[in-house]
Amino acid sequence: MPAFARNQWYVAAYGHEVGRELLGRRILGEPIAFYRTEDDAAEVVALADGCVHRRYPLSQGRLDGDQLVCGYHGFTYDRTGACVYVPGQKRVPRTARVSSYPVVEQDSFVWVWIGDPALADPATIPRARHLADPGWTSVSGMEPIDCDYGLLVDNLLDLSHETYLHGGYIGTPEVAETPITTEVDEGAGIVRVSRHMDDAACPPFYARSTGIEGRITRWQDIEYHAPCLYLLHSRVAPVGVLPHPDGTDPDAFHTEITYAITPSAPGHVYDFWAVSRDFAQDDAEVTAFLRDFNHTVVMQDVDALNVLQRALDAEPSGYQELSINIDTGGLAARRILTRLAEEGAKPVEHVS
Amino acid sequence: MSGGPTAEVYRVDWMPGTDLLHGVCHCGAEHVTEDPVEMWQWMLAHPVGHAS
Repeated sequence: MPAFARNQWYVAAYGHEVGRELLGRRILGEPIAFYRTEDDAAEVVALADGCVHRRYPLSQGRLDGDQLVCGYHGFTYDRTGACVYVPGQKRVPRTARVSSYPVVEQDSFVWVWIGDPALADPATIPRARHLADPGWTSVSGMEPIDCDYGLLVDNLLDLSHETYLHGGYIGTPEVAETPITTEVDEGAGIVRVSRHMDDAACPPFYARSTGIEGRITRWQDIEYHAPCLYLLHSRVAPVGVLPHPDGTDPDAFHTEITYAITPSAPGHVYDFWAVSRDFAQDDAEVTAFLRDFNHTVVMQDVDALNVLQRALDAEPSGYQELSINIDTGGLAARRILTRLAEEGAKPVEHVS
Repeated sequence: MSGGPTAEVYRVDWMPGTDLLHGVCHCGAEHVTEDPVEMWQWMLAHPVGHAS
């Protein structure tokens, strides 16, 4: 499985998860405490989650205004990570500082930069605009999985598993039967996998949310921005209904399925998921159905990947796996992740 | 990471009705195989073995 790729942006949380209560998350093995400032800017602050004194997790402490007070002995840090107070003495040691992490709040996500802060460029964060677009209605959640993040990448890049793991939910026989095309933009770090089904059964996920009765034309177009953001552009329409020649597509149902794949630690990954739709936007029943139904689908993956990781951990080293055509996209993703991990591990020369 | 589109694009089509993969390197060289592992090895060896 690929190593962790540093010098990259990762989704640490949804914006609504970060407030005036401290939130602790471990990203690429680094414990980080998140909170939001109380001024009008309400900015997200991300500090290394270990007090310089005795390493107590700062996320177990409390906020005093915009300063974070360690819950063990009261060491107090400002939003830059500088210690501004220690108990019982006036002198604050010069080395009393925790790292602060570059953070960007965008498209409902809190992105954090893991690596050399001097290299953090917010312009390189991939977009998921639909998550904050009023033209789309979204449901979302996050599930931690006790597996290597590479297993989740494998899972999402090869949707043929829908037929077997998610049969009766989102899978139908046509998903596994339909050939894929795979495209890799090496420089941009993007893997695209497309599966266009001309005439397919309509799974309950779409039948009940769209009201379509009968067979469908179903397109799945994956866009994986390594290492973290995965977008599945899903188009469903009554069989034979295609976009108009001018590119408009008023007779189809569009669903944007978003995942953020954030490695937490070796053998642990955060699975952020969201389903956004451009139909029945105000229908609370559809919203509730998609939230519950998709959560069930996600938990099917969670259970399977937990089981898979335990099985792999019990394997003797050097086991050989087998790849076939359905794995073309997943293999491409692994390769890019390996390259990004190698690049992120290299020392960087700073130009001053 | 997310840069803009670049010229270094590889494409692999699973040919409908067959078990064959058809690959096109960014240089235009083409390759057909049944094995995706071998396909990516060929692709990334560019330009080795890419004479068309």
